[in-house]
Amino acid sequence: MSERPNVRIVALLCRWCSYAGADLAGVSRMKYAANVLPIKVPCSARVDPQLVLKAFSEGADGVLLAGCHPGDCHYLKGNYKALRRFQLLKKFTSQMGIEDDRLRLEWISASEGSRYADVVNDMTTKVAKLGRLNWRREIAIEA
Amino acid sequence: MKPERTKPKLAIALGATCSGCDYSLLDLGAGLLDVTDQVEIVYWPTGIDSKLEDLQAVPDRGVDLILFDGAVVNEDNLEMARLCRKKAKMLAAFGSCGAYGGIPGLINSGSPKKILLEVYQGLPTRSDKAEALNFEGEDALPKMLGQAYSLDQVVDVDVYLPGCPPPLKLVAGLLTDVLAGKAIPKGTFYASNRAVCYECKRVKENKSIDAIHRYHEIQPDPTRCLLEQGIVCLGPATRGGCDAVCCTQNQPCRGCMGALPHSEDSGAEMMSALASIMELNNENKEADYTGIFDGLNDPLGTFYTFTLPKSILGRRKVDQS
Amino acid sequence: MKRLVINPATRLEGHAKIAIIMDDKGEVQDALFQTVEFKGFESFCIGRNAEELPVITSRICGVCPWAHHMASVKATDALFSAPPPPTAQKVRELAYDAFMVHDHTAVFYALAAPDLLLDPDTPRAQRNILELVKRIGRDTGAKVLALRKAAADILTITGGRATHPIFGCPGGITRGLSQEDISAIRDRSRQLVELAELTNKVFQDGVASKKEFIDLFNTDAFVNRSYYASLVGKDGRISFLDGDVRVVKPDGSTYEEFKPASYMDHFEEASLPWTYMKFPYLKNVGWKGLQEGEDSGLYRVGPLARFNVAKGFTTPRAQEKFELFRETLGSPAHQTLAYQWARVIEILYAAERITELVDDPELGGKEIRSQLGKIGEGVGVVEAPRGLLVHHYRADERGVVTFVNLIVPSTHNNSGICLSVKKAAKHLIRGTEIPEPVFNRVEMLYRAYDPCLACGTHSLPGAMPLKFELYDSAGRLLGSESRGL
Repeated sequence: MSERPNVRIVALLCRWCSYAGADLAGVSRMKYAANVLPIKVPCSARVDPQLVLKAFSEGADGVLLAGCHPGDCHYLKGNYKALRRFQLLKKFTSQMGIEDDRLRLEWISASEGSRYADVVNDMTTKVAKLGRLNWRREIAIEA
Repeated sequence: MKPERTKPKLAIALGATCSGCDYSLLDLGAGLLDVTDQVEIVYWPTGIDSKLEDLQAVPDRGVDLILFDGAVVNEDNLEMARLCRKKAKMLAAFGSCGAYGGIPGLINSGSPKKILLEVYQGLPTRSDKAEALNFEGEDALPKMLGQAYSLDQVVDVDVYLPGCPPPLKLVAGLLTDVLAGKAIPKGTFYASNRAVCYECKRVKENKSIDAIHRYHEIQPDPTRCLLEQGIVCLGPATRGGCDAVCCTQNQPCRGCMGALPHSEDSGAEMMSALASIMELNNENKEADYTGIFDGLNDPLGTFYTFTLPKSILGRRKVDQS
Repeated sequence: MKRLVINPATRLEGHAKIAIIMDDKGEVQDALFQTVEFKGFESFCIGRNAEELPVITSRICGVCPWAHHMASVKATDALFSAPPPPTAQKVRELAYDAFMVHDHTAVFYALAAPDLLLDPDTPRAQRNILELVKRIGRDTGAKVLALRKAAADILTITGGRATHPIFGCPGGITRGLSQEDISAIRDRSRQLVELAELTNKVFQDGVASKKEFIDLFNTDAFVNRSYYASLVGKDGRISFLDGDVRVVKPDGSTYEEFKPASYMDHFEEASLPWTYMKFPYLKNVGWKGLQEGEDSGLYRVGPLARFNVAKGFTTPRAQEKFELFRETLGSPAHQTLAYQWARVIEILYAAERITELVDDPELGGKEIRSQLGKIGEGVGVVEAPRGLLVHHYRADERGVVTFVNLIVPSTHNNSGICLSVKKAAKHLIRGTEIPEPVFNRVEMLYRAYDPCLACGTHSLPGAMPLKFELYDSAGRLLGSESRGL
């Protein structure tokens, strides 16, 4: 059996829905891949594209954005902003050679613990197949 | 007896550049002579017959101001940048290429080395003649670095003059300050700390749009904010100091003055801002937002025209195969 | 067998090499002028929106940005099937004439004049524009700079700024001229005519009226009997932006004339085994190596080419000077150093043309853009200050660029430059010594062609130091010398 690379996925989870969903997966003792670093944000709209780019440039192999289902955003329209930003960001990262499966947006509600686990497992498998991203500048320039 | 004050030494060195920045100094008109009267130009290949040895002969930190015009794309540029850092008391990144990578930075959308090989593919094979002449040897093709860099990604930089080219009044500002012996804090930008929008005379009413237009597709209202008319203008994410000249010419800002002080990545800032205002003025239906940016063909070129090397990702993924 | 290599400057600033290849008899066989920098515009423009190319390609060169901008804009006019309306055409022409003045005067005063007007024994370190200013007097120098600034002002009024304009777009221009703009341009146009007359007088008094210079021009080493190519207007007069491409033979008769879009059927590139550089030649004549004459497809572009292709100018003062030029040098004029003379006469034409356009009633019109049509392929050809410039683009149905081909004047002239260097070296190089006159001649020729290396390598413009190195047949370095230019 081949060694599966230990990929790291940064998950930006909104506090009201998807982070709660992740918590539910945890307290329900669901088994799912341990490759995710969860980061709680007040709303998916808080996710500045710079955060995503920073994650990739500093070692993340995948980034997951998760928010409330359309219509359910605690701040009413935040998740729509996130969706629009995500679309532009995805186009850009694709131009920069970052494969499709590495950047993902999902709607996960507070009660969808098993959905969270499924998403994480699925994304981990796909990113592991792609391998480590190792985003770094090509040469280290000493001053 | 008071010792006579020697003239400050000035040098203008070139990296990967179009030379527009230093050439535009001639447009100071007669004012250029006022400057050259007061300085000793030790090195400026575009303007005078200086040799590299002239710059090398100066003691370390002996040149009061070196303006480095260009990005760092090949090994020659890199060596020049290092030499300038050694010889300069104050080193300035002169123009958007030095400050952010500039237009040469667009080569980071691919791989410089690969592109070079593609261009020179199908070359006649080296003959004995070529070997004997040492002509097609190591010297022949430029040694490209893995990507294009801004100046401060390879050496320490003291002051920044962004712009493509930098507005002459800002250049004059730096020269005046240096001639007056003014203390300039390290990291100073000769540019505004606020967005281009503050200098743009167009009327701003309401940032909410339902469509994007490429600047050649419509003839915009000359009085109203371009972004509010659906034209992607990078003004909100870009430093001013340029008097919003592009907007005055009815074209959108393309970000040559670079990111605002709080931000690391002006392109990402603008993507965020554009997405925020693209509200469609509709009922909130998810389906309505799918594909809304399909018409924005080239985010890389649109948001990072001048700043790609300095952005967070910096360059396209390195092909490890 | 001896091989001599005139090598480039030190690695740190050398961006060009000159190599002279000797044959077994110790005669100069070939000369190569090779640039060693690279920036990749033809690659990284692919994937960009086509309408952005006038902004991006302007940055190929900071000395002639308007040339690239205009060629690019014309290519996008064609690519988007959007021919510009008359007002836009006229504003473009006016701005471009101001650019010609701006560029030609810089080249003349900064590069040519120090050579031609300073004493021959002026030390190299002082052979530059600042020394020239000291000699001709600070007041005169300040006046020239101030008058030239009037050209920069016109570029600012039309294009937002002199370097890297914000001006053209597919189908027209993005901002029209107000009556205040036109008034301000009119004032400055008078200053430009003054500058042009002054410059022509400087050249006439200092060079064209002096026998020793005319003799120098006519020296065989400086004469290439080549073909010439340039744009020419419908009336057979010099045109910078419009018309067809005409090629004339060494005897001055027309060889062929074609629409710019079919340039690929007429220009071809040859390779030589020692270098990756390409040597353009006329496809229909054929490549015969670095030779002159009617059987060789070698051709030249630039001010001298324009003078040899066209019948003259449409403006009176420039036409008068043109006729004196022809009287003195013959028609066609094959003297390479005459590039400089042609340059200063063109300054006058451009200035005069601005004074005409400024009174054109359509100049301030409101129709500055035309409707976009079908997206396809576009070729934009202009006469850059240094010669014929081609921008050729293809785009997909979204208007995203899929192909870019750029041919800059310095590339067209590559064969000519090499031939000139070869002739300059011939008869003078014997054994392993490169005598002083060779250096001097090479430099003067170099300045005459004024190769804009920013364009040529899509890299660095301006003066360039050369280092000369001597190798024996086994490739061993015998000696070296450097010459700043």
